[in-house]
Amino acid sequence: MSAPAVTLPAARLTGLFPFLNRYPLVAIAGIVLSAIMLAAVLAPFMFTRDPTAIMPLQRLKPASELSWLGTDHLGRDVWSRLVYGARVSVLVGLSVAALSIGLGLVIGLVAGYIRWLDAIVMRVMDGLMAIPGILLAIALVSVSGASLMTVIIAIMVPEIPRVVRLVRSVVLTVREEPYVEAAVSVGTKLPLILIRHILPNCIPPLIVQATYVCASAMLTEAILSFLGAGTPPSIPSWGNMVAEGRLLFQIAPWNLLWPGVALAVTILSVNVLGDGLRDRLDPKLAKRM
Amino acid sequence: MADPVLKIEDLVVALPRGADRAHAVEGLSLEVNPGEILCVVGESGSGKSVTAQAVMGLLPKGQLTRSGGRIILAGEDISDASPDRLRDLRGSRMAMIFQEPMTALNPVMTCGDQIDEVLSIHTDLGADERKMRVLDIMAATQLPDVAQLFDAYPHQLSGGQRQRVMIASALVLDPALLIADEPTTALDVTTQKQILQLMRELQQRRGTGVLFITHDFGVVAEIADRVAVMRYGKLVEQGPVSEVLRRPREDYTKMLIGSVPSLDPPKRDAITVGEVALRTTDLAKTYGGTSLFAKGRVVKAAADVTIEVRRGETLGIVGESGSGKSTVARCIARLIDPTSGEVRIAGVDIARMGQGELRPYRRKVQIVFQDPYRSLNPRRSVGLSMVEGPMNFGMSRSDAERKAAELMVLVGLKADALGRYPHQFSGGQRQRICIARALMMEPELLIADEAVSALDVSVQAQVLELLDDVRKRFDLAVLFITHDLRVAAQICDRIVVMSKGHVVEQGVTAQVYASPKHPYSRALLEAAPGRGFAFGAG
Repeated sequence: MSAPAVTLPAARLTGLFPFLNRYPLVAIAGIVLSAIMLAAVLAPFMFTRDPTAIMPLQRLKPASELSWLGTDHLGRDVWSRLVYGARVSVLVGLSVAALSIGLGLVIGLVAGYIRWLDAIVMRVMDGLMAIPGILLAIALVSVSGASLMTVIIAIMVPEIPRVVRLVRSVVLTVREEPYVEAAVSVGTKLPLILIRHILPNCIPPLIVQATYVCASAMLTEAILSFLGAGTPPSIPSWGNMVAEGRLLFQIAPWNLLWPGVALAVTILSVNVLGDGLRDRLDPKLAKRM
Repeated sequence: MADPVLKIEDLVVALPRGADRAHAVEGLSLEVNPGEILCVVGESGSGKSVTAQAVMGLLPKGQLTRSGGRIILAGEDISDASPDRLRDLRGSRMAMIFQEPMTALNPVMTCGDQIDEVLSIHTDLGADERKMRVLDIMAATQLPDVAQLFDAYPHQLSGGQRQRVMIASALVLDPALLIADEPTTALDVTTQKQILQLMRELQQRRGTGVLFITHDFGVVAEIADRVAVMRYGKLVEQGPVSEVLRRPREDYTKMLIGSVPSLDPPKRDAITVGEVALRTTDLAKTYGGTSLFAKGRVVKAAADVTIEVRRGETLGIVGESGSGKSTVARCIARLIDPTSGEVRIAGVDIARMGQGELRPYRRKVQIVFQDPYRSLNPRRSVGLSMVEGPMNFGMSRSDAERKAAELMVLVGLKADALGRYPHQFSGGQRQRICIARALMMEPELLIADEAVSALDVSVQAQVLELLDDVRKRFDLAVLFITHDLRVAAQICDRIVVMSKGHVVEQGVTAQVYASPKHPYSRALLEAAPGRGFAFGAG
């Protein structure tokens, strides 16, 4: 079969620039996020020093040519810690989003399509959803010690049920579509039906959900670190910086200010991007707003 | 004659740029006189609903705009009326009823309150007086036990009762003009007949002018005084109903009326020689029942269904919604599991087979669904949808593609259309693709579940022809499920009439139509709209 050129994807791509033109905020959010990620990846080349190097002589110095954003109570460079801290936030945000979406997608597809499994899986998910994320994190950290992995797992577990519910609801509507029944009656096996005919319908809402999971994971990580149940103090993270800066807020406000601003800007950008994606992927909703 | 209640002069409604034509309605002029029913008929996309929306001032904002012409309601030019004035007029001077009474009624308001709302907005009557008026109009629409229904919610009513409530709320202020947009399309034939009678009676007693929009010539024959035929947004012809239906002037009207299937079954030879492709014995499907967690209501969707189809034969299952005809089809295709009974495909009982065992039999039974817009995966090219089945059974891709190309030509499409996506085809073309996809599997039994019900009459006729053609060519057994007695009369060798999950009558089509034995079959046949007109003769 010599397939003629398909017009559908092309039509969607040409619409991208007018879309960004119409939603300049989304474009800005995208640029900001890209900059933050780039900085995180290229941290050693971002005019940084060792973020954990203690310089007792340079304690609580305000911004200067030597340290752009000042230093903290151990004389560590705030700029360097901020840039390296972005690594933690980005890593936690992305990996929690990827893991919870991946696991949730599989569980949701199965629960939505195989009816006898549905009741069992969903009761388990209800149980998981009832666990507050922060409580779970504190419990996990006290059992296995503070590490990035524990933080990621602790944040991921309560997110999974939300993804499962979303996927399941899409599956429940799509499985009744005649084209799915047609696939059943031409003898397509279950895994193929799920992947070919049902999964593609879940992707748009999942992409949007992923951005929200990512933002909330970053925030939760900061909260956990702030509480001392998150990333160990040896790793520079925005939550740790806010926690340490809080005590000295009146003497050296920059210790609290900059990680707070970084966190707020990052999360805002992710959320704006998520809203933009939703408007783009679900035009019906966009029109209503 | 008195002034017309509605006069449309040279109406033009523009479509947004990039649509398949420039105008949804172009140069339309119509008149509706008091006490008269004007039926506007046309196929989908003819602009008949847009006309109704334009009159009501309800054109979707930003998409459609009236770009010319005048609309005069009872002497008042409302073409440029303010939104406030239009709101005043809607409900009091003009009212509208819609196709789907369930969605047109607010599910969280009682029926009485919904009718009352019209009165409280447009009149200064006191609460007691309003309630009197509401009960009066409800009684006038022949709703039973109005005092009780006043406090009932829409979901507690049947479809016909809901439509009566809609009519009551439309007529409570005695509007001069009633616009009815396919008001009986979602209803069963027997209910449709009652609603049409009711509308006729009320409208004559009150002298209301009615603009009745429909695609169904049977309904036109039942209810219209005058008919206007539309196509591509233009008026094709208009005139008194007897004139247009019996002596249409325009070719398009002739074609439309000629496409309406006749209620008289043509002569067919009984098929007794073919090998039995399908036999069900006491097939039953029960929903609900007591499970581990809940004690549910038991619904018998189908019970004691014993039918037989031979190869080369078309068996029709007719019945109203909820009669269980689709349940039977889905049990036979094993899309749902039957509760009891046998389903023998080529002699083997598949009713309780596991999925693995069932697979070789899946290809022998193929199904074509009602909705051509949802039967094909919108994200996959038509070619991919077609080759999926044979490739599941080990056919190589190139062989499957060659076969798909052949079948596309067979169903009247071009082979190079395989690379295109479903949205690039019309409803009729998609239904052809679905038939081709079914044929890819080389089935013995083809189930057509309301396969032509969503299509316009002219397209319907072509798809029916195609179905009959492939039946002959591949010696298929066809199980044809429909609510449309006209279609069934034309294509089925034998007919099974179902009601409330049971088979009430079965026999050779001509016999059942000529002398139905069961009272339900008789009622069903008598309710078929437009019985008096011999459609399809021309």
